[in-house]
Amino acid sequence: MQCPKCRGNMRTFDRNGVHIEQCDNCRGIFLDYGELETLSRMENQWNAAPPPPAPGPAWGGGHHGGHGYHHGHRKSWVNALFSS
Amino acid sequence: MPPDLVSQLVRLSGREGPPTVLKDTRVLVIRVGDVVVKAHPAGTDEAELKARLEVRLPGLLLEPLGTDRVGDRFVTIWPAGEPLTPDDLETPPWEEGGRLLARLHAQPLPAGLPPMGGPARVTRAVAQLEPGDLPRKAYQTLDLRQRGSGLTHGDWHLGQLIRLDGAWLLIDPDDLGYGDPAWDLARPAAWFASGLVSPDEWNLFLGSYLAAGGTAVSPGDPWRELDGPARALTVQLAATAMATARRDNTALDEAAEALISSCERILATPPPS
Repeated sequence: MQCPKCRGNMRTFDRNGVHIEQCDNCRGIFLDYGELETLSRMENQWNAAPPPPAPGPAWGGGHHGGHGYHHGHRKSWVNALFSS
Repeated sequence: MPPDLVSQLVRLSGREGPPTVLKDTRVLVIRVGDVVVKAHPAGTDEAELKARLEVRLPGLLLEPLGTDRVGDRFVTIWPAGEPLTPDDLETPPWEEGGRLLARLHAQPLPAGLPPMGGPARVTRAVAQLEPGDLPRKAYQTLDLRQRGSGLTHGDWHLGQLIRLDGAWLLIDPDDLGYGDPAWDLARPAAWFASGLVSPDEWNLFLGSYLAAGGTAVSPGDPWRELDGPARALTVQLAATAMATARRDNTALDEAAEALISSCERILATPPPS
């Protein structure tokens, strides 16, 4: 198809399941009926779901690898929790 | 320690009976009857310590009974609280700690108070190590600048809680001052990050701090404020453990190993910008 603005050639792209036509000449974009709504919906979903906060620091260790905290072993160093 | 320092402290206590030595490190702390007597390190900045001792927060911070001196050691005298029981060690008073810190952080900053002593403690701890030691290398990556100027305890851990007449209180204002109050949560945060405190215990502590109105960290993303201070406390605790093991010629225990391995990850993980 031809660009309605500059009459250049339009090429079809697929972005996240949405078909868009972009003009090779002026880079203008043509959206079919409903495609703008689809993009808005995707944008809202992205904004509504922030990633959950990290449950610990990036340099942390011990809780995920299967090592670390063992209640039965803590007696040997529990005093460290109570002293400077 | 001069051999007669304990007996001098007993004399200053004004109490009779055999003393119990509670702590013998940079400070000497003894208990005689219903009082605790503490000899502060030689070279303590007395003006700063006196400003800290003058802070009065009834029901929140233990107040001294008096001050004195033995030679070059400044001495403070305190009411003795109820000692911790084995039950306290099994189920530590995380919630009481969280609530007291939330209340402390809500207090206005008293006039004339020096900066809190947390960062200086980190620096002192690594100064005991050799240049190639991991905690000392990790120390080079720390940012010890304070991102706040609220009332901060400066050296908080579970041993800084006592019960007096049935109520829990904070003790030890030696590092009390203005700074980033997130530092007061940083030692439990460091334990948690190294796997030494379980997620349940950490959540109990942090949850009661936030539920009591604690403002040092953001409820949605507490590690934004905690990351830097927890790195610093990890380095401090690792350095102290390493220096102690070296001095006593003993092997590193499980906790020390975990903290030193955290130092390795701190070195490998630049702080979030």
